[in-house]
Amino acid sequence: MSDQTTGLLIIGASQAGVQLAISLRGLDFDEHITLLGDEDHRPYQRPALSKEFLQGTYDKERLIFRSNEYWEENNIRLVKGARIERIDRAPDGSGTAHATDGTTYPFRRLALAVGARARHLPVPGADLDGVVYLRNADDALALKASLDSVEEAVVIGGGFIGLEAACSLQQLGKKVTVIERAPRLVGRAVGEPTSDHLLTHHRAAGLGIRLDTGVEKLVSDDAGRVSGVVTDDGTTLPAQLVLVGIGVIPNTELAEQLGLDVDNGIVVDRHAVASDGTTIVVGDVANLPNPLPGADPTERIRLESVNNAIEHAKVAAYSVVGKREDYAGIPWFWSNQGDLKLQIAGLSLGYDTTVVRRNDEQGKFSVLYYRDGRIIAADCINHPLDFMAVRNALAKGQEIPAAEAADATVPLKSLIRNLEPVS
Amino acid sequence: MTTTTVTYTDAEGTARTIDATVGDSVMETAVRNGVPGIVAECGGSLSCATCYVFVDDGQDVDLPEMSGMEDEMLYGTAVDREDSSRLSCQIPVTEGMSLCVTTPETQV
Repeated sequence: MSDQTTGLLIIGASQAGVQLAISLRGLDFDEHITLLGDEDHRPYQRPALSKEFLQGTYDKERLIFRSNEYWEENNIRLVKGARIERIDRAPDGSGTAHATDGTTYPFRRLALAVGARARHLPVPGADLDGVVYLRNADDALALKASLDSVEEAVVIGGGFIGLEAACSLQQLGKKVTVIERAPRLVGRAVGEPTSDHLLTHHRAAGLGIRLDTGVEKLVSDDAGRVSGVVTDDGTTLPAQLVLVGIGVIPNTELAEQLGLDVDNGIVVDRHAVASDGTTIVVGDVANLPNPLPGADPTERIRLESVNNAIEHAKVAAYSVVGKREDYAGIPWFWSNQGDLKLQIAGLSLGYDTTVVRRNDEQGKFSVLYYRDGRIIAADCINHPLDFMAVRNALAKGQEIPAAEAADATVPLKSLIRNLEPVS
Repeated sequence: MTTTTVTYTDAEGTARTIDATVGDSVMETAVRNGVPGIVAECGGSLSCATCYVFVDDGQDVDLPEMSGMEDEMLYGTAVDREDSSRLSCQIPVTEGMSLCVTTPETQV
């Protein structure tokens, strides 16, 4: 079936695609919506895969976004396991998507919420049994199923996913070593003081961490299962499990086929519309103008976060119903690593000054980032008060003076000021 | 048979009662059933404060005590905090519960 033309075909049923469908119903969009997921699961929340799900405190059912009834009641057709390989387009933006199983999905308008895939490790032995990634539910299920025979695990990549998973594996009683090629942890997302704090804390908690270390190859036992990681300094780390978290590659193939502008993701304007003027693109795959209020509009970024998926999809929904909302806001991120709760408000891109606030007794630690004397972001560890203060100040375009913020005993909330008007 | 329900009233006064599953949180009950007014970006990991509710007065309910983290998050929510403020991800649905909460005008 599926010859019936849908009003909006959304390819990708993760956070952004799901939110787009939900937001459209909130805007009284009354055309039929088809939501295609390429996995064999109902749409679910990904963040818990490396944490609660891996640790066994949440089951899969708990990660499901919406009940089955919700989709039916809202006239949204949800299709699982639909892998689109080709799209035919007419000049008016309508067309037909072709799935690998031969099913066709005719549509009047198209939205791409196709996300990103895990970057693969380019070394010999990377395809051995026991080498896993952690991007989707199948990855997590396979990982969980393999844990019984694992005593030692090596995590390649000291970013969010790597550290979250490493802490979860450690909680499950595994001996874990994290290998990071760069000189510090989470270098892409946080500043040096935060990297140092994470390193000290995780090492003290018993996690093995090797910085400035590359991977030469992975070696196997007689049964062809991974048994160790050989690093670029010649050390062999025994491991019955190797988890790779070295970033993602945006899924731009369909966009390229459609002739859309692609450059580290699919290029969109402030309204989540691609270069053809009609295709909607949302979430991790979108290369968008920096959404921070006052940011240079030519500065472009791709944001891999739940917050971006949700807020971007809301703006896209307006575009679908013919309204124009600019995508602007304060991005925020979180990462729970063992007993560390890291919350990030804003984007520290281009900062020139940092202020560190720490209370070691209470285990609280924050770094505030300033650019040209104005606050632009904060990393907060076990410090929700600082996080919420900075997030609110940024959202309202207010200031937190650096000199006063340096005193960690002063609540940031009390320092929030309106900006002096420029005369 | 005991029923277990959560009633969500929005800022305009429109109420919606949901049959809830024991073990889910009040946030999860809302999100799965598409109750507007509860965003829950972080999925219940106490990171976002977008599942903020006011627990309606005059109910005979025994809610779990607030953790220090929840307390701190509530200080920075979009709508000002009151004595009845909670993050709904921290309230588990219990057998026979008929809880009434009100969602704020905005979560972010």
